[in-house]
Amino acid sequence: MQKFEKLTGLVAPLDRPNVDTDAIIPKQYLKSIKRTGFGPTLFDGWRYLDAGEPGMDHSKRRVNPDFILNQPRYQGTQILLARDNFGCGSSREHAPWALLDYGFRVILAPSYADIFYNNSFKNGLLPIVIERDALDRVFRETSATPGYKLTVDLAAQTVTTPDNTVFRFDIDAFRKHCLLNGLDEIGLTLARVDDIRAYETRRKQEAPWLFS
Amino acid sequence: MAARTLYDKLWDAHVVRQNDDGTCLLYIDRHLVHEVTSPQAFEGLRLAGRKPWRVDANLATADHNVPTTDRSLGIVDPISRLQVETLDQNCRDYNIVEFGMRDDRQGIVHVIGPEQGATLPGMTVVCGDSHTSTHGAFGTLAFGIGTSEVEHVLATQCLIQKKSKNLRVRVDGAVGSGVTAKDIVLAIIGRIGTAGGTGYAIEFAGSAIEALSVEGRMTVCNMAIEAGARAGMIAADEKTTEYFRGRPYAPKGALWDQAARAWRELKSDNDAKFDHEVVLNAADIRPQVTWGTSPEMVVPVDAVVPDPEKETDPVKRVGMQSALKYMALQPGTPIRDIALDKIFIGSCTNSRIEDLRAAAAVVKGKHVAKNIKLALVVPGSGLVKRQAEQEGLDRVFKDAGFEWREPGCSMCLAMNADRLEPGERCASTSNRNFEGRQGAGGRTHLVSPAMAAAAAIAGHFVDIREINVERAHGDDR
Ligand code: SF4
Repeated sequence: MQKFEKLTGLVAPLDRPNVDTDAIIPKQYLKSIKRTGFGPTLFDGWRYLDAGEPGMDHSKRRVNPDFILNQPRYQGTQILLARDNFGCGSSREHAPWALLDYGFRVILAPSYADIFYNNSFKNGLLPIVIERDALDRVFRETSATPGYKLTVDLAAQTVTTPDNTVFRFDIDAFRKHCLLNGLDEIGLTLARVDDIRAYETRRKQEAPWLFS
Repeated sequence: MAARTLYDKLWDAHVVRQNDDGTCLLYIDRHLVHEVTSPQAFEGLRLAGRKPWRVDANLATADHNVPTTDRSLGIVDPISRLQVETLDQNCRDYNIVEFGMRDDRQGIVHVIGPEQGATLPGMTVVCGDSHTSTHGAFGTLAFGIGTSEVEHVLATQCLIQKKSKNLRVRVDGAVGSGVTAKDIVLAIIGRIGTAGGTGYAIEFAGSAIEALSVEGRMTVCNMAIEAGARAGMIAADEKTTEYFRGRPYAPKGALWDQAARAWRELKSDNDAKFDHEVVLNAADIRPQVTWGTSPEMVVPVDAVVPDPEKETDPVKRVGMQSALKYMALQPGTPIRDIALDKIFIGSCTNSRIEDLRAAAAVVKGKHVAKNIKLALVVPGSGLVKRQAEQEGLDRVFKDAGFEWREPGCSMCLAMNADRLEPGERCASTSNRNFEGRQGAGGRTHLVSPAMAAAAAIAGHFVDIREINVERAHGDDR
């Protein structure tokens, strides 16, 4: 997994609640058996005016000039501002894959759907829960100021605005540790082989039908 | 020991190890696998030189991409075909049981797990699919996972998890006639919102839930994720135990007796504490229809499309306005005046035998309205299909002008050839009305099977309570 330590990046505001994973990456692209290549079809239904299918040359499609990510000032953005319940819907990990492949490393939103939140950490995408007033302010400033950048420091758990206002955020200690070090969770669990075997032995006594 | 909720009990029984940081290593009893979220997990396993920890805990089937028309022709779309063949190959390589496309037992993963008894009360069940919450209907801890976690379970039979909070949703009293499990869960989501269950495991309780059949309970738990909760669950009772008797993967003989005894404990203690509780009065619940692009945008069938101008929360108001624009609806329009183009009866929410019986009871002897371009019935599994055919339901549907298809996810998410065209409006028994969910530009209204069937006959929504139906709820109510 990609490490995350500190980043200063351009911010793009996506001002709508309940952005679901079907909107982040529509189902036709889920037929891929790879983890990469989803960037060009991130937010496909909003980003393009024509219907997208896998295997197309997406650089030749008709883009929707009104969609936020298509505006010149947001090119090269790495931080996404979003509203409540971001990433609701399907469990598809293709959603964080697509956001990462596009270039995002951080999301700022007041709340996330559980599975999406969880999936993001496993891929080195940092979803920050930010308090509503702070978020509203960042939304306003981003829209008002072309070239607006934020600095996100995971070790310090801070988001810093261009005028040096600092917002602190909370994050689970285990997730922070894995993300800072780019750790593979499976490797961590396999270091507990003895515990797993002991559990199975005990459980086979208590509930043998689960192993028959 | 302190009083515990059902969720607490299921959790405690599966903790392999409690870590210092508040997470737990949780043991997984059953892992269900489908073609869309597993290829990258198997690839990861292979690259790391790892093997499945416990092969027999896995059960696989292809459901999202499979055609619902003649299967002997195979899958026409080469990209879909490759994904299904990749699952076949991975299951062969690792010796995992798979119900292939031509197996009678194939179907939607959340329908076949319980049908086979592969999902049992008291288990932890996971699948790379958010509607894994369905399996909570039996006093089971079941939740959807992402592909990284699919790989984690394959490699270790465990997941690193943090415990959720406990939320109880009680539905007290008896529902009126024509009101089904689907209406109950839509009403719950309408009340608590699509993020109302975020961070919680929901236990559905109360006399209206207890009165539901086991299949109806699956419908309720299926949509727990639409209320934001990864897991929804219902206490096990006699109905639950009877449901599993004799199923292929269920225990037999002395083991069965031992299991059935243990399952009696799968309920919350009387004085267990919940972090939050919501109570609905069953008698207030009317047949539900969604009008927008999120399952919380739902009203009773005898209501009108709501007006965003009356919404005080500005973020919500904007959400409503964009939903109405996408759905091409005007505030104040009676739900019953909404005309439809297509009807979809299927999905892991509503494709089991009782659902098909309920829909068939409505359409029997009638015909689909002229304005309906396509009315589809897609059974949840090959075995559901066969049983429906034995009961003559296929004839009832075909005579009424419905198409009778092969099992799979089909137009629930339109990854195969079944889909809405831009602008088409559909009454659907599935679980998501997101933009483009059933096809780019398609407009989805979520309803119960009986309501979808009645809408097919009328060509627009109708109040099922005003229709004379011989037996609209299946057998076991
Ligand atoms: S039927 Fe629909 S919701 Fe259920 S598993 Fe298939 S795609 Fe997902």
